Amino acid sequence: MSIKIALAGNPNSGKTTLFNHLTGSRQHVGNWPGVTVEKKEGTLKSNKEVTIQDLPGIYSLSPYSLEEVVARNYLVHERPDAILNIVDATNIERNLYLTTQLLELGIPVVVALNMMDLVERNGDQINVDQLSKLLGCKVVTISALKGTNTLEAANQAALAAKAGEATAAPSIFYGDVKQSLDAISDLLKGKTDAKTIPFLSVKLFERDEKINELVTISESDQEQIETIVNACEQKADDDAESIITAQRYEYLTQIISKSVKKNKQSHELTISDKIDKIVTNRILALPIFAVIMFVVYTIAMGSTSFSIGTMGTDWANDVLFGEMVPSFFDQLLNSLHVSGVLYSLIQDGIVAGVGAVLGFVPQILVLYVLLSIMEDIGYMSRVAFIMDRIFRRFGLSGKSFIPMLVATGCGVPGIMASRTIEQDRDRKMTIMTTGFIPCGAKMPIIGLFAGAVFGNSSLVATSAFFIGIAAVVVSGIILKKCKMFAGDPAPFVMELPAYHLPSIGNVVRATWERGWSFIKRAGTIILLSSIILWFLQGFGFENGSFGMVEDNNTSLLASIGRSIAWIFYPLGWLGDMAWKATVATITGLIAKEEVVNTFGVLYQYGGELSETGNEIWTQVAADFTPLAAYSFMIFNLLCAPCFAAMGAIKREMNNGKWTIFAIGYMCVFAYVSALIIYQIGGLVSGEVTFNVFTVVAFVLLIAVLYLLFRKNKFSRQEH
Amino acid sequence: MRTLNECKPKETITVVRLHGSGALKRRIMDMGITKGVEIHVRKVAPLGDPMELNVRGYELSLRKGDAEMIEVA
Repeated sequence: MSIKIALAGNPNSGKTTLFNHLTGSRQHVGNWPGVTVEKKEGTLKSNKEVTIQDLPGIYSLSPYSLEEVVARNYLVHERPDAILNIVDATNIERNLYLTTQLLELGIPVVVALNMMDLVERNGDQINVDQLSKLLGCKVVTISALKGTNTLEAANQAALAAKAGEATAAPSIFYGDVKQSLDAISDLLKGKTDAKTIPFLSVKLFERDEKINELVTISESDQEQIETIVNACEQKADDDAESIITAQRYEYLTQIISKSVKKNKQSHELTISDKIDKIVTNRILALPIFAVIMFVVYTIAMGSTSFSIGTMGTDWANDVLFGEMVPSFFDQLLNSLHVSGVLYSLIQDGIVAGVGAVLGFVPQILVLYVLLSIMEDIGYMSRVAFIMDRIFRRFGLSGKSFIPMLVATGCGVPGIMASRTIEQDRDRKMTIMTTGFIPCGAKMPIIGLFAGAVFGNSSLVATSAFFIGIAAVVVSGIILKKCKMFAGDPAPFVMELPAYHLPSIGNVVRATWERGWSFIKRAGTIILLSSIILWFLQGFGFENGSFGMVEDNNTSLLASIGRSIAWIFYPLGWLGDMAWKATVATITGLIAKEEVVNTFGVLYQYGGELSETGNEIWTQVAADFTPLAAYSFMIFNLLCAPCFAAMGAIKREMNNGKWTIFAIGYMCVFAYVSALIIYQIGGLVSGEVTFNVFTVVAFVLLIAVLYLLFRKNKFSRQEH
Repeated sequence: MRTLNECKPKETITVVRLHGSGALKRRIMDMGITKGVEIHVRKVAPLGDPMELNVRGYELSLRKGDAEMIEVA
């Protein structure tokens, strides 16, 4: 007989650690249908018959957050055989709040009381038998971190499932509220699964806005319920939701007073409190934060002797994919006597393209180890606490800082770092704007034009950074006023969990999951796009016949560049350089470093180009006016990122439409910015005469200003 | 009428009533801020917002703008 156990609990209760302990490597990670909430399923280590369904970490079963709706729809419709509810014993009152709701579902519940060792260390006592009696369900003490008793808890849940006896709903409510709930229960009798009635009658009393997803109610019943609730609200002089939550917590206070003995002297600060006192101190918080960020950045992407991330990536780029893999394929392909075309496809297309992307893996892994540790010990929520004030002004979260910082090195891990942002809206906006930050690979583009056209002025590089940041801020403000983002209320009511030691298992697993998903993508979407670009670059019409071309100027890509270069005329990409700039932009999609290399090829420079292309500066300077160069630079800094970053966007959005919207938005934003700068800048400097695109530029500028400064008609309150 | 956002660090107050409605109010209540509960204001973030509260034995961070809807005594 196969058994399905749902694992439920608050965020930060040790749920992930427990799930990893119970299932080991037998996990399946996917998504709940239709939403971007991660769904994890696994089989119990000791018994393959038992499936553990990990529910999202939630505080309640309200209809207001995606995670909560997913969880309750699953519990009501799929009806798991038992619920294993993990409860953080150090924060028992608020954790049991969810338990009281789970107990109403008519499913056998077993409570796994986690972190009891910490409770005892503080000198507090929890009477487990008493608690079990009061809740009416089995309570097992565990330590998820150490793995003590975890299998026992799962076995108890399996036993409860086999017995099939639903845990009875505790009698939480009293007085008028109880009478009203009983009246609603009577209306429901016979119309729905009797076991779910206690849960549904509370939801109906609360006027739950997503009740339709749970049960169908006739209109006459609806009216009767409304009368009942109204009467009760009038008597209590409060709204239905407040009445219910208040009575729930009242009930919990009683339970706690009967089963928990607080150490009277425990007003002294715990170790966690002492750490927090320093780490989020009014004066020290920002310097400490800066130091931690500096260390993380240096280790993962810096260029010092202990920057292991960079060392790994340099090795992967220069040695592994620079020499070893190419020479391996060289020997292999030569010994097989393959044709020149196939040789080129494998070496120049696949190995070069996929290798360029896989080279980032060491940096990503190192970065993820560090971020997972920060997340696991509880520092990440302090980051949000410290930075929230700045970032929420433009619709982002305090946690958006980390993706942005990481993106100055590479956008791919930057975008992937947005995973730690819980609020769906903030996360999506962070993913969309992180790509604007100039990453390491965009530096050569800046270097090329700063050197060739602007006399190596450092102002150009600095301005590129400011433009990146401005793009984030402007986009944030514009997007947060749009319906698609305003529709999702994301209250910033955040728990600051106690600091604790990281679990190595969690860190390794989280790092590996992210690293592996990146590698998998390199094998699919990036492989495909590398092949396509290789084909476009290497083939073309020469002397009237189609075939492989030596001269890049006659490749298909060059033809495409020539035929679509007109798109960029309004940006000032004029004359002979127009198609070259267009082609360079397209190859920049493989990796932004390619932009400079492509110019090298197109200006027919034979040898190996230096990173910022010093050898072709004179030709570039002859072709590009300063303004056109600046417009090209802006467009390439802001437009669609490289394939690897687009893949990261797709993975994190986990939704095709959102991915296309994000990339499309970046392209449009880049185009509009470059157009405004070129046209209006040109009018001021005299480079451009007044033309139809100058008008377009002014109209766009006004439109952007309007979007920036219009009132936010969707916001509840603007602070 | 005094609201939570006006409270200073190290103050301990009692919730009198919650104003507002919808997702935010529900979230605040779900996190344990209900009528009659005692709240200890731990500190305010370095940049002046949000605030850190101790409620029902754990730490919670709340924006001042949202704390405005919590009437205290």
